[in-house]
Amino acid sequence: MNILVCISKTPDTTSRISFRAGDTEYNPDGITFIMNPYDEWYALVRAIELVEQNGGNVTAINVGPAANDIIIRKALAIGANDAVRIDIDPADAYVTAANIAGHARSKNYDLIMLGKETIDYNGSETGAMIAEMLDLPFVSYASALQVSGNMSTVTRDIEGGVEVCQVEGPFVLSAAKGMAEQRIPNMKGIMMAKTKPLAVEVASVQNPRVKANKYVLPPAKSGVKLISPDNMDELVRLLHEEAKVI
Amino acid sequence: MSVLVYVESPKGHIKKTGNEVVSYGSRLAASLGTQCVALLIGKADDAASCGLYGASKVIHANPSSEAEFDSQSFTALISEVAQKEGADHIILSNTANGKALTGRLAIRLNAGDVTGANALPETSSGFIVSKSVFSGKAVVKYSIETPVKVISVMGNTLQPQASGSPAPVETVDMPLKATKLKVIERKTSEGIVPLPEAELVVSAGRGMKGPENWGIVEELATVLGATTSCSRPVADSGWRPHHEHVGQTGVAIRPNLYIAIGISGAIQHLAGVNNSKVMVAINKDPEAPFFKAADYGVVGDLFEVVPRLTEAIRRLKHS
Repeated sequence: MNILVCISKTPDTTSRISFRAGDTEYNPDGITFIMNPYDEWYALVRAIELVEQNGGNVTAINVGPAANDIIIRKALAIGANDAVRIDIDPADAYVTAANIAGHARSKNYDLIMLGKETIDYNGSETGAMIAEMLDLPFVSYASALQVSGNMSTVTRDIEGGVEVCQVEGPFVLSAAKGMAEQRIPNMKGIMMAKTKPLAVEVASVQNPRVKANKYVLPPAKSGVKLISPDNMDELVRLLHEEAKVI
Repeated sequence: MSVLVYVESPKGHIKKTGNEVVSYGSRLAASLGTQCVALLIGKADDAASCGLYGASKVIHANPSSEAEFDSQSFTALISEVAQKEGADHIILSNTANGKALTGRLAIRLNAGDVTGANALPETSSGFIVSKSVFSGKAVVKYSIETPVKVISVMGNTLQPQASGSPAPVETVDMPLKATKLKVIERKTSEGIVPLPEAELVVSAGRGMKGPENWGIVEELATVLGATTSCSRPVADSGWRPHHEHVGQTGVAIRPNLYIAIGISGAIQHLAGVNNSKVMVAINKDPEAPFFKAADYGVVGDLFEVVPRLTEAIRRLKHS
């Protein structure tokens, strides 16, 4: 089976966030960038496992500038067979999705996978958009996937539990925790990644529909108010009278 | 021009998140000088109640069918209603299903979209929607540049207020289009408020030492009327069910009150809970990072502190 895995580049979870140009742009200076963990740990690894079991090919795709090649090479080192980069720095999820769908339209992938969301913009919408553009089913927040011939069985996280569905034929899946375990690339993988094919394609869609106007940092916490462990009536009073939450 | 709100009705009931999106949609409609139409798909009791939260009309599609969720067929139905109604603002809940629909609807309707809005749009100049980004470390104000807009609203963004009167319900028969996806099973816990819409959450971590000790956490949650959650190591060890896991890799929540018991407060955990209005940390380690994020802190042995807190809340409830 041929699987397309969409990978995004995000700041490391522990990065300190700052802005520039009058708080209209995210400031990437001094930030360590990584492959979006949900794309890497869950979508990419499960795709590689499925191809190891059933044969086929895993293509990693990223929409971004040449600086993103480093995370694409990492995907190849983990085990993707080849990769595509669409050469545009996307301003919103629509531009990302439209370029991925544009690439996938003529390729007949059996499955398109990505993480449940990116850890920067937390949008969780790119997969849904790709699915609609390609008129395919979409299963979001998938925590397990079994494939048998043309039929896939997917477990999906919903509020307070799970839903199990069956999908016939190609579809788009966003992967959540439980789908697979992180794989650390080994030396052989890293060496092989250097010679695996990475095709660069021209962007077919450039104009975003949504623009970031301003970034704001959340108000600083005023500091913790410590309450004696022997005086829980005081904590309850504060929650009731001061914070007014109970 | 109008606002169309898709209201989810899991197991045939409209929940608080449903009332909340109707309130959101009707307040948006008021600021735009238009009306708010609520849409229900499949079984739902008391469809007219959407009027209490500001809808001027309810469209109830296929009111006698079970309507298993599929983002593809639901998108087709919602888009058709939006076009018939001339709706140019589509509002949804930011639930698992709501998020799956938002991106699809944006494409189907040539719209710009924002998932997880945390406030009403600013409409005085342009159309600005704010949302929490970088896992709660910043807020971004997005300008939606297209004539049609699709927004999913984060739970607990506003308090739904039932101040209107029941709305007229128009039932329509619009069979969901057949797709290649079939839901075969659903397993959800009964009788508790799901985490994304819970206003009060009691959460516990590794400091509990083992699953057999959860009784004191559950008792506190029961007395408070709160939903329980847990940290990642607790879910990973199988002490608590996976769907209770809050944090970056689990569920992101925004309750009014989050009580963290024996949770150190790693950045990945805080990423899922730092949108809570008020956070209380209970931990025996005064250096636990959670004390830097919390509003109130108790340094002490949770096995003594938690039962005392439960008793103190009982006293408040009886006073």
